Amino acid sequence: MARETCELTCINCPLGCPLVVTLEDGKVVSVTGNTCKRGEVYGRKEVTNPTRIVTTTVPVDGSDRERMLSVKTASDVPKESIFAVMEALANVRAQAPVQIGDVVLANVCDTGVDVVATKSA
Amino acid sequence: MDVGSYDVVIIGAGVSGCAVARELSRYDAKVCVLEREEDVCCGTSKANSAIVHAGFDAQTGTLMAKLNVEGNALMWQLAKDLDIGAIQCGSLVVCTDESARDGLDELLARGKANGVPDLRIVEREELKEMEPNISDQAVAALWAPSAGIVDPFGLTIALAENAAQNGVEFEFCREVTSVRAEQDGTWLVGTTAGDVRARCVVNAAGVYSDAIHNMVSSQKISIIPRKGEYLLLDTTAGQHVRHTVFMLPTKMGKGVLVSPTVHGNLLVGPTALDVDDPESTDTTAEGLAEVAQKCALTVANVPLREVITSFAGLRAHQPDHEFIIGEVADAPRFVDCAAIESPGLTASPAVGKMVCNEVCAILGLKERPEGEWIATRKSIPNLNIISFEDWAKLCEEDPAYGRVICRCCRVSEAQIITMLHRPIPVRSLDAIKRRTGATMGRCQGGFCSPKIMEILERELGMEPESITKAGPGSEILVQKGGE
Amino acid sequence: MEQHDVVVVGGGPAGLAAAISAYEAGSTDVVVLERDVQLGGILNQCIHNGFGLHTFKEELTGPEYAARYEDRLKELGICCLMDTMVLDVSPERVVTAVNTDRGVFSIQAKSVVLAMGCRERPRGALNIPGFRPAGVFTAGTAQRLVNIEGQMPGKEVVILGSGDIGLIMARRMTLEGAHVACVAELMPYSGGLKRNIVQCLDDYGIPLLLSHTVTRVEGKRRVEAVWIAQVDEKLRPIAGTEKRYPCDTLLLSVGLLPENELSRAAGIELSPITRGPVVDERLQTSVEGVFACGNVLHVHDLVDYVSQEAAMAGRMSAQYAQGDSGEGSAARGIPLVAQGGVRYTVPAFIAPERMDQKTTVRFRVDNVYKNKFVCVYLDDQRIMRKKRQVLAPGEMEEVVLKQEHFAERDGVERIVVTLEEG
Repeated sequence: MARETCELTCINCPLGCPLVVTLEDGKVVSVTGNTCKRGEVYGRKEVTNPTRIVTTTVPVDGSDRERMLSVKTASDVPKESIFAVMEALANVRAQAPVQIGDVVLANVCDTGVDVVATKSA
Repeated sequence: MDVGSYDVVIIGAGVSGCAVARELSRYDAKVCVLEREEDVCCGTSKANSAIVHAGFDAQTGTLMAKLNVEGNALMWQLAKDLDIGAIQCGSLVVCTDESARDGLDELLARGKANGVPDLRIVEREELKEMEPNISDQAVAALWAPSAGIVDPFGLTIALAENAAQNGVEFEFCREVTSVRAEQDGTWLVGTTAGDVRARCVVNAAGVYSDAIHNMVSSQKISIIPRKGEYLLLDTTAGQHVRHTVFMLPTKMGKGVLVSPTVHGNLLVGPTALDVDDPESTDTTAEGLAEVAQKCALTVANVPLREVITSFAGLRAHQPDHEFIIGEVADAPRFVDCAAIESPGLTASPAVGKMVCNEVCAILGLKERPEGEWIATRKSIPNLNIISFEDWAKLCEEDPAYGRVICRCCRVSEAQIITMLHRPIPVRSLDAIKRRTGATMGRCQGGFCSPKIMEILERELGMEPESITKAGPGSEILVQKGGE
Repeated sequence: MEQHDVVVVGGGPAGLAAAISAYEAGSTDVVVLERDVQLGGILNQCIHNGFGLHTFKEELTGPEYAARYEDRLKELGICCLMDTMVLDVSPERVVTAVNTDRGVFSIQAKSVVLAMGCRERPRGALNIPGFRPAGVFTAGTAQRLVNIEGQMPGKEVVILGSGDIGLIMARRMTLEGAHVACVAELMPYSGGLKRNIVQCLDDYGIPLLLSHTVTRVEGKRRVEAVWIAQVDEKLRPIAGTEKRYPCDTLLLSVGLLPENELSRAAGIELSPITRGPVVDERLQTSVEGVFACGNVLHVHDLVDYVSQEAAMAGRMSAQYAQGDSGEGSAARGIPLVAQGGVRYTVPAFIAPERMDQKTTVRFRVDNVYKNKFVCVYLDDQRIMRKKRQVLAPGEMEEVVLKQEHFAERDGVERIVVTLEEG
């Protein structure tokens, strides 16, 4: 039986708990070092399918306040698709008025996740 | 190629070149200043001690001594006429070694011989009273009440603006590459952006004045750039000394000066190191460490943690340590204003007059009639020193005085916009800094540079990517996206 | 002269939370003076996520976090003057400000909350030798250019300092198409949060060079290269370890300084360590009726704690404005003493007779410590001993003192916060 351990730092919150994830045959059997449930979820996911929230900006037209609109993926996307998400947003322009939470780009890169505004403009 | 034709071409828009330009603008002559940088005051004039020296340093009988004392006497009225920062705070040469005291007497005697007014020796007790933070090692000092401090940018810019008001043309980003005598007795000055013709050329090229001189004369001169490194402290440290404090050289060597500045900062430096490269205005770890260490020799507890920036300047030093001013023997109508090192800033009003007289004599220039020459120039208000009532009045005239752009140095949008529309064009962040003080404070532009870039974009229609720190090649931003 | 109960200087996270809590504590005549054209302060350019976990139990971006407070402020109808720079706060609590609408004007405040935030240490403060070309930015300035202006400060980047903004900008510049060669950190440990090292550097393969510094900047007009050397334990560059990194941009994330020009001018006592006002447990400064909170008081790493602290300052300023300062109002209280690796505490004084049930004491340590105990003494009596696996200068710590700790203990002369061996 192949047993391996992975040492990680939890990125869920600023505490940055040191995690030890143990895998057997590629399957997670335990997560230790976490101080909350979210740490365990992170530990499991990070060694199998790491994901991240992507935050960036797109230009916004017609706003008297803003040149740029800050946006984020509404939930996390696979880590390896971060640059694809950036690429997909490269030519997106938003049009004012925009409210927080408005979808700027739906289902980005077929991840099933929308890119939404994090600011009103 | 279109060749501009002038009575006088001045090479170099430092403080000397601009002082000559202003003096010449009194006369009926077509004058042009050629500058290789994008603004005035970009070389030696911008990075120095900003001191108006009393005049006891230079050897009696030298041009340096004469022009220093004359320049000092002229400076204070000039500062009023041109509305620039200058404070006659006086200077102290501090003796830290009882056995070196003779040095003070020597300076005193030389100063008197040079015509410096009101010099006297102050003893420790009085010195301590005048300068509470003086070092415990201080035994006595030479007190020179006629010395002071000046805003070197303000002075150079004001001279240039006033000259421009009176018709002098300024050409920037034009580096002189050749100076040739023509058959008809005029000079053909080649630049990186076309030739110009001149009946008379003034060489005020700072650390390059040897190169320019040597283009026309067989009697070569040699300038050795002498690097001086400085530390500039926040205005919170500006009161640490009240006068310019020099150190009397001892067996242990030469010290550095500690001085207030007209902007309310504390300036410490310079080092003195001869270098080969007239472009090497970089600071060094050794130089900055030397300044930090040496300032303690005369002044106690200099709060070095308040340092907000460091810089290096190059003095146009020549081995004889004397200004070279006058028509070059084997190059008629070519006038040197070369090797102007310290006390060149102090001497500049006198240097301007001397060179101008020389040129007038050569070309037989006539003074313009009364009323055709504007003698004064207004600066912008200084929001650090005016009362809130006066500031409120400014806001009534122009609401842009109510928008503070640089919070560290209290500069409003109105002042920046005013300076953008003066006779000398302003395009870069450093040019704005030298004129308004914006970006010069404790945050060093972190907060205000994006705002100033917005103003440049709006007022002058500049593309953000074309905005520079100090002229072409120093763009602040890169193009977004592809290569 | 115009009069108001509470004047809040600064409309960033601290100012917003303070204004809301002052209002909610009964001082409905609150005015916020903000120098920018929008509220939210630095949060507007902090477009990354990670804010609000404590306060809202969800992960927000900076602008979203700010919007929650702005919405509440609007709901309450609190007056905010934007594009307004405060010029002076007098010991008598006259606040003088300037803007384009009203010119220079003064307000007599019953109480004042200082919430001006902090600024970044610039290059000059580091004395990095070399030229002074374009292309040297503080990380926060670069962040503003990228996130607010939509501009690009450079393509080939070296970052000095591993403060959080530097780490965040390493990722941000990478996402925008720049190449970040490395992050150099003078100290043997990072100044930023661990999670940021993982998700901003490790994720993108950006090396973190601990115990390294920039020794020279090359390039007369625009940065052409920087030299990076390893440093010894006294933080001096080690000869022979210098390496040249060609680049067009140097970002600096080398520390934040509380912005206390107004406090200084008001004659408020400042701590030489935090560089912020010395406050008691009400967050009142040495000038009566003037309170301080957020990064102007001491630099925080988490906005949630800023909001918490500011809410306290807001509440206390309202109390003061209503003339209800409670028992022993004038006295500063028992001094707190930071020792044994603890650099400072905020507050610096506590008066048990007037404090709430609990008072949070925040502090930072001066080095990385493992398996230490955070201990609190009242004079010689230890009242608290709390094990901490890791303590680091980059992460703020806290202990909570309760009323009951002081019960039946009269005449306590000092409260000591210290680290002890296990």
